[in-house]
Amino acid sequence: MTAVVGTRMLRKEDPELLTGEARYVDDLVIPGALHLAIVRSTYAHATIKSVDVSAALAQPGVVAAFSGADLRPEWAGPMPCAWPVTEDMLNPEHFPIAVHTACYVGDAVAVVVAETDVAARDAAELVEVDFDVLPAVVDLEDALSDRVLVHEALGTNRSYTWELIPDADAVEEAFANASHTVVERYVQQRLIPSAMETRGVVAVPAVYGGEITLYTSTQIPHILRVLAALTVGVSESKLRVVAPSVGGGFGSKLDVYAEELLCLALARRLRRPVRWSEDRMENTQATIQGRGMIQHMELAADADGRVTAVRARLLADMGAYLQLVTPGIPLLGAFLYGGVYDIPAYSFVCTGVFTTKTPTDAYRGAGRPEATYALERAMDALARQVGVDPAEIRRRNFIHPDQFPYSSSGGLIFDSGNYEPALARAMEMAGYDQVRSDQAARRSAGATKHLGIGLSSYVEMCGLAPSRVLSALRYVAGGWESSTVRFLPTGKVQVVTGTTPHGQGHETSWSMIVADQLGVSPDDVEVLHSDTSIAPHGMDTYGSRSLSVGGTALWLATEKVIDKAKLIAAHQLEVAAEDLDYAGGTFTVKGSPDRTMAIGAVAFEAFTAHNLPDGLEPNLEASSHWDPPNFTFPFGTHICVVEVDEETGKVDVLKYVAVDDCGTQINPLIIEGQVHGGIVQGAAQALFEEAIYDEDGNLVTSSLADYLVPSAADFPSMQTDTTVTPSPTNPMGVKGVGEAGTIAAAPAVMNAIIDALSPFGITDIDMPATPQRIWTAIKQSTDASGASGASGAGASGASGANGASGAGANGGPR
Amino acid sequence: MIPASFDYRRAASADEAIALLTENGDDAKLLAGGHSLLPLMKLRLARPSVLIDISRLADLSYIRADGDQIAIGALTRHHDVEVSELLAREVPLLPAAAGQVGDPQIRHRGTIGGSLAHGDPASDLPAVVLALGGSMVVRGPGGERSIPATEFFAGFMETALAADEVLTEIRVPRLEGAGWSFQKFNRRAHDWAIVGVAAVRRGAGSGANGGGAGVALVNMASTPVRATAVEEALAGGASATEAAAHAADGLDPPSDINATPEFRRHLAQVLVRRALEEAGA
Repeated sequence: MTAVVGTRMLRKEDPELLTGEARYVDDLVIPGALHLAIVRSTYAHATIKSVDVSAALAQPGVVAAFSGADLRPEWAGPMPCAWPVTEDMLNPEHFPIAVHTACYVGDAVAVVVAETDVAARDAAELVEVDFDVLPAVVDLEDALSDRVLVHEALGTNRSYTWELIPDADAVEEAFANASHTVVERYVQQRLIPSAMETRGVVAVPAVYGGEITLYTSTQIPHILRVLAALTVGVSESKLRVVAPSVGGGFGSKLDVYAEELLCLALARRLRRPVRWSEDRMENTQATIQGRGMIQHMELAADADGRVTAVRARLLADMGAYLQLVTPGIPLLGAFLYGGVYDIPAYSFVCTGVFTTKTPTDAYRGAGRPEATYALERAMDALARQVGVDPAEIRRRNFIHPDQFPYSSSGGLIFDSGNYEPALARAMEMAGYDQVRSDQAARRSAGATKHLGIGLSSYVEMCGLAPSRVLSALRYVAGGWESSTVRFLPTGKVQVVTGTTPHGQGHETSWSMIVADQLGVSPDDVEVLHSDTSIAPHGMDTYGSRSLSVGGTALWLATEKVIDKAKLIAAHQLEVAAEDLDYAGGTFTVKGSPDRTMAIGAVAFEAFTAHNLPDGLEPNLEASSHWDPPNFTFPFGTHICVVEVDEETGKVDVLKYVAVDDCGTQINPLIIEGQVHGGIVQGAAQALFEEAIYDEDGNLVTSSLADYLVPSAADFPSMQTDTTVTPSPTNPMGVKGVGEAGTIAAAPAVMNAIIDALSPFGITDIDMPATPQRIWTAIKQSTDASGASGASGAGASGASGANGASGAGANGGPR
Repeated sequence: MIPASFDYRRAASADEAIALLTENGDDAKLLAGGHSLLPLMKLRLARPSVLIDISRLADLSYIRADGDQIAIGALTRHHDVEVSELLAREVPLLPAAAGQVGDPQIRHRGTIGGSLAHGDPASDLPAVVLALGGSMVVRGPGGERSIPATEFFAGFMETALAADEVLTEIRVPRLEGAGWSFQKFNRRAHDWAIVGVAAVRRGAGSGANGGGAGVALVNMASTPVRATAVEEALAGGASATEAAAHAADGLDPPSDINATPEFRRHLAQVLVRRALEEAGA
């Protein structure tokens, strides 16, 4: 068998997805299902004085309607938060449907259950809720002042303050002795994850026996099963959770959601299947949002620009409540504010703050894009201050390859890395020197379209996670993953995995790993997942963990299968097990290449059990539960080239280059897909996306007409390459790549924009860098510096570089 | 995202559509491509009690030469306008703009008549027809009448169409080699324009369709609007840059999350200048 690992094998999942055969939750045909519609608060903050469902109940087809108070007895416990990051963290009790107070626009306040979706939605419009409106608090710094309390009973909007300051004196000393000090303030705007498939849920109770099956569009059927059982008060043994085809999550489906618990509770109460399907506008309000931080970032450096200390202080927007891992998201970046640089002193402090907005939680990269953004923006600020090229400031500070495994001042051990080759390759691909000279030429010619080039060198920690580390971080579960591998009688292989793919292609990658280990065709490997009855043990999919943790569990299970098969083969070949070699699915007697036995034949023998060694159990099946000893640390450098039109403030991305290192590669095609999507998602934060709230706490960007998710037409073709530095922490040497693009892209794009605008003296633009913001910044800069702008063409529309094209003719703008 | 309930009637002819409109009054809306109306209905911002479907009236989908003008059936899809060889030759501004409406899916469903009758100041085609000096042919119970584009857009998403009238045809003059430009400024490729400019510059007094410039603006007022101050400045001999400085004169552009009124005025000046430069003298 030729090895398949490392080849660009087409994804096994795609024919089903592309032909529409895949079944998402909303596609499931569930006879007799009732439809749930949710009445949501239209106020960001309001006391619920009364809820009148009588008009809704009178509608044809309506079966039931309830207020939050009506359903309060259904809950055995409040909504779960699995990450109490400090002992004194404040976590306001909240339930799937608000009982007394609504705390954001979109908070559920009543439910209607009807025979059809339309009947439920129409009736929901007739529910009368009498609100006593309370003041909203939208801005993070305003919220921290406690001028308006989101949760009166807490007495403060501060949920927690979490610190990582290994040596405070060292930090103070570094800043005291610094030749250069960078002090920056960055805003991480809120983002709406916008998975292609909005959420959907169906709870199906068994007719008798008390079993209930929950089909839901989730990344975490296993975690959800535990927490839903506890919250609704059903026995975990009676609850089966299934995630059918899931159309993307990006962390937004890494949660225990009110609608999942409502469907469960209502299905039990009404003894009928209950289903709910989220529409896009609901998705913008009722599904968690990402980012939402204010970052105070400080660097101390010596005269040459070598960074001696980093000091990061964060305000993190929790939103109205703590969802599953809301408070822990900043912690996932807390260790990375020193990034790829050898920085001796480290200080990180984060304060979580409640606001009257949709709760935040994990969003692709979760903490690490924010960390990388703050650091890479600050490194460019340092380069400007020291007067060296951004590439040079990075080179001077990189951790050197001979320092690995590297003990960071933040307290992690980076497994492996070699940062300079990725930077060098990216610069070569971008034509860095040529862009710099073109940039200079344009500037001296007084062009109104300015070139900018931006670098972003990143390292992330992924492969969540070593369970002991999670314990130290006060996360309430472990970070292991599990897999079972079993040969079927015909030599086909069945894999059970505890990961929960929702677009990543695990069925393909897992098949490739098994194919090489067991010498079978990837087509003969069946990967079972995302159903707690089939795959009972799992910690699911997020944080780029699936391959390095779940893939390793799978690899170890195949090793166990091989070990057992070897005993059978040795028995049948009448040699000692240690006299057998194994390669590509075949056992061979050492020194006798003609005496062989294929593992598929062994599998059949194990199945018939006619002739097994004494004491050996029939069948060829093994399980492994892998708890990684460390995170993995993928890295790379991305470079973005932009053109900024000073007359309109419009940014055009001209070129985007990415060189990523995710260790050993299973399928380069899948890696490229992850990198492409990640880059555009990260660039979208820099250029397009922002969840905008008005001062009353209304989400202004509540549809995809206003919340600008970019399409293929908005971004150029990307040039990608890789370096390969295997991880020593797992047997395959893999690291993970699901979030790399998102982590690297936003700072690359923003650094390019700031670079383009440097002739105007502009050093910061908030994300997203909209035409309005850029034009305003240029205008303020030119207004402040007198009559003439940096390039001579001010904002008042002097005739610029955009000359007439083919004057007078039919020169159409196509 | 499910519309409120409504009745659906399919008209077999324009005359039947008029009869159905007469019968149902203000509660009825015509359904053509549906790409403006249906989103509003799904948001329940529009709640017509009756939809009269005219989308299958094939006899209202055509592009043909008629003397100095090109006549376009109201139900002609944007895509058909975009790829029309006749328009590419005679009025290339129109296919250039139609090719920038929404995305390919929208252009294969949305119609030119629907876009104009919707009267959205942020739509591209109303400004194009204004700049061209086109007109609308409408039919009602009392017969047919023609409304110049300059009189068609009456208010925010309001037109001169009476409740019982159907827009049947759009007429635009041939460009006869005149210069033109369409400038669409947006943040994301498939979006409405934050500001847009359609411009036509004819040589003075030349050709059957007269001389002078036509300049119209997208999303700069509560209606699609002509930049009359620019046109007058050009007529007075101003340069492109000088004339463009008047782009926002007398206008009260909207404010939204993409642009303040001040930024829109600035963009209008930049884009009008670029349009005039591209359209040539």
